[in-house]
Amino acid sequence: MTVPSGVSASRRPPRQQRQPRRLIWVALAAPGIIWLAVLFIVPFYAIFAIAAGRLDVFGTPVAVWNPLDWTATNFAAAWHDVAGAGAFVGPIILRTLIYVALASALCLLIAYPAAYFVARFAGRWKGLILILLIAPFWISYMMRMLAWIDLLQTDGYVNKVLSFLHLSSQPIDWLGGLGLTVVLGLVYGYIPYLILVLYAGLDRIDPILIEAGRDLGLNRVRTFIRVTLPLSRQAVLTGLLITVLPMLGDYFTNQLLSGTTGTTMLGNVIDDQLTSAGGVLEGQGAVFSLLFLLVLVPPLIYYVVSTNRSSRRAM
Amino acid sequence: MTPTTTQTRAAHTTSGTTRGAILNRLRPLRNPWRRPWFLAGLTWVYLIWSLVPVALAVLFSFNNGKSQSVWQGFSWRWYFADPVNSVLHDPDLHAAVVQTIRLSVFVTLITIPIGVAFALGINRWRGVTSASFNFVMILSFVIPELIFGVALFFVFTRLFTTVGLGTLAEILALVTWNVSWPALIVQARLATIGRQYEEAAADLGVTPLQIIYRVTMPLLMPAIFASTVLVFSSVVDDFVLVDLLNSNSSNTPMSVYIYSQQRGGNGGPALNALGTIMLVMSFVAAILGYLGYRWLTRGEREGNVAALAAITGEG
Repeated sequence: MTVPSGVSASRRPPRQQRQPRRLIWVALAAPGIIWLAVLFIVPFYAIFAIAAGRLDVFGTPVAVWNPLDWTATNFAAAWHDVAGAGAFVGPIILRTLIYVALASALCLLIAYPAAYFVARFAGRWKGLILILLIAPFWISYMMRMLAWIDLLQTDGYVNKVLSFLHLSSQPIDWLGGLGLTVVLGLVYGYIPYLILVLYAGLDRIDPILIEAGRDLGLNRVRTFIRVTLPLSRQAVLTGLLITVLPMLGDYFTNQLLSGTTGTTMLGNVIDDQLTSAGGVLEGQGAVFSLLFLLVLVPPLIYYVVSTNRSSRRAM
Repeated sequence: MTPTTTQTRAAHTTSGTTRGAILNRLRPLRNPWRRPWFLAGLTWVYLIWSLVPVALAVLFSFNNGKSQSVWQGFSWRWYFADPVNSVLHDPDLHAAVVQTIRLSVFVTLITIPIGVAFALGINRWRGVTSASFNFVMILSFVIPELIFGVALFFVFTRLFTTVGLGTLAEILALVTWNVSWPALIVQARLATIGRQYEEAAADLGVTPLQIIYRVTMPLLMPAIFASTVLVFSSVVDDFVLVDLLNSNSSNTPMSVYIYSQQRGGNGGPALNALGTIMLVMSFVAAILGYLGYRWLTRGEREGNVAALAAITGEG
């Protein structure tokens, strides 16, 4: 998006014309900048202010806005949850990582071949397949989960099909706290976003490069490994990022498909602490959100930088 | 695929790369452009898996009975025919529909002007401030929604206490969350159309404000239109922010209502009806968006696929 400075400098009108024009651009950008400053940057400072704040006499966290007065009360309480005597968050963090790793691996395993097929071989079906691929994007997440809740009831279609095929003798209680259900729910929930990103990336690969690989004597598999796969690396990373990040903060999939403590994820912990009676656990919720955020900063910056770079390349 | 691979590999190892490659070219092994049946099958199975559950959920919203797995005939009872439990007559269900419509309309009306002006201003005003806020805007696009929701929860309960929780907080949150759609899409469009039209107008003596109004805005219309559709439908489908920021049943939109009811396990076909209404709202927006985008770009060489990509935010 950035034009090399030499080019833009030569195109710029003389200085006396430039000043009023620049004012127009500043004025146009101002509302958005102010909005983002007040409602995006300040809220993140509020997380710090609560996390490092103190508790009042009722045990409710109070925000401390001056960094010089920050305390470690909430951090100590959160650390106690993770590693203290009554630690319960440690195993939950581990479980979250395992669920998200399994779910994103499954997502990639399904999404990559499907996206590859649509980008390269769909032929005259391409339009229809694309519409069907995009459709879940327009269906509310809640509606899609609701659909599976209907199917997974003990008297639902999944159990009916299983018993019809004689795969299970008695109905399985899918919604009674099975980790498998939660992982598959995550896959179902987030795979459409991954497929779209992968499709966009694979579709951009010039077929000439693949044909060149074939002409130079590589067979199908090796062409794929040596040509297509390296060229789609960026799309895979971006796609994984936009599926893994929301999965890590997901609390509703788990709550809807299981709702038991056996499958609790980190998102549930934060959500519960925020809605705790009297707000006494809000401080710890702030600490966990903050830690979550700090872990996510490197991949987020990577994403922003790579998006900028690829859009600059597109110029 | 395996026999071909092993044969080629044997040729490679026994008689050197060059001869193997030549043999590989000369020998009519298999049609290299044959259809990959496995990939095709996987793609169609994926599509069925992703869409049939939702189709069944929509179907059962018309069920003339409480069951979500046994078809008891067609009826409108969960929409309006039932005098107590239908979406039209149950006060909470009714309020949820109204709240979703209210949020999506207001948020779209606020987000689009701010986002479009921001994109235009940031794109033309090149400086440290504009670059940093562009970075902040992209960050707001990828930050996990839960973390952002927690941040806003704290800011509305601790700092901007006059706002508090409720409809206003939901609108402010959703505008911030969605402003990156128009900002990103309009910037991409600005990069495609270049500056030559505006420079031509400037050479003809048109004032800067007139250029924006008469040249830039008409050229940006497809992007503005596509982002309007995207913002509208993503507000309809939004869950996390409104879940954290609603305060009572009068400001609970459909997605949160479905979640809170289904969580307790006392959902019924009325919830399916609610989900179907959300789905129809999003789909109508998508279809209008597609047709409108095609019409706005009718003079350009943009295909069906490009229009689909544009209204999905992948363009």
